[in-house]
Amino acid sequence: MATTEEIRADLAEIVNEVAGIPADDVQLDKSFTDDLDVDSLSMVEVVVAAEEKFGVKIPDDEVKNLKTVGDAVAFIEQAPQA
Amino acid sequence: MGILDGKRILVAGVTMDSSIGFTVAKVAQEEGATVVISNFGRALGITRRIAGRLPREAPVIELDVTDDEHLASLPERLGEHLDGLDGLVHSIAYANPETSLGGKLLTAPWSDVSQALQVSAFSFASLTTACLPLLGKGSSVVGMTFDATVAWPAYDWMGVAKASLESCSRYLARDLGPKGIRVNLVSAGPLKTLAAKAIPGFEELEAMWSDRSPLGWDETDQVPTGRSVVGLLSDFFPATTGEIVHVDGGYHAMGA
Repeated sequence: MATTEEIRADLAEIVNEVAGIPADDVQLDKSFTDDLDVDSLSMVEVVVAAEEKFGVKIPDDEVKNLKTVGDAVAFIEQAPQA
Repeated sequence: MGILDGKRILVAGVTMDSSIGFTVAKVAQEEGATVVISNFGRALGITRRIAGRLPREAPVIELDVTDDEHLASLPERLGEHLDGLDGLVHSIAYANPETSLGGKLLTAPWSDVSQALQVSAFSFASLTTACLPLLGKGSSVVGMTFDATVAWPAYDWMGVAKASLESCSRYLARDLGPKGIRVNLVSAGPLKTLAAKAIPGFEELEAMWSDRSPLGWDETDQVPTGRSVVGLLSDFFPATTGEIVHVDGGYHAMGA
């Protein structure tokens, strides 16, 4: 089982790859839209990439609840492996 | 044995696995077709990731239907993956949700309306024309509409664009019939796709659709629509062209 920090680091890499945001900026307290300027289209790609990377399903209805990087990491931690 | 065995299909307009085009591509593969999918711009990155979720990973090509060079080079670029084309699926539409949808009918500027018409209606003709060198006798072109004979909440200029698309389809059917190419549309009920979520107020439609449809309607299930598109791509509708097939649970036939 990956640690919170490992998931955050992998997610940061995805956000970097998709939206060009420095991975070091992608910290748990950061909001995707307000702090990191990840727009809705980039967020869709982040979700798709995260599903592949972590082997989980992130339902559309859940995405709007993932406001911060910490929200996303917490969701991935508790999600059953797809 | 599938109903598309040996057929070569381009599905233009696949973003997510919730896209109608994704399910069309999936069902087409299950029925034996070789499929190429396309998208454009920033959404292309999503498509490239999603292509791997098909039963067989499909090649992804970049195709912006408003870019003449993309259209001109399409036969050559498709030729890298397919040695001809038996089916073309147009699953492409756009109207600026800020200005042209969700109650903005009276104020939408022409620049945005013309873009909606270009992307959602004209491109059905321009994309078909671009593919003509590859399309032979017996091939099939299918587009996606949302019943444009009446006005809907929120749909606004997209509804006008769909009316243009429906007319465009009939004229294409007229001009391509002599070449043995069929042109049809599927008029699906509301489906929860990325595109639908961008239409402010579209969920109003979803709520009432199921109640009024004799067969009921599941707006999260793209399979009935995908299968129907595949049916039209197949040889099982050999004398059907210029048609709009309703895949809407029967909603369109009910008065209330």
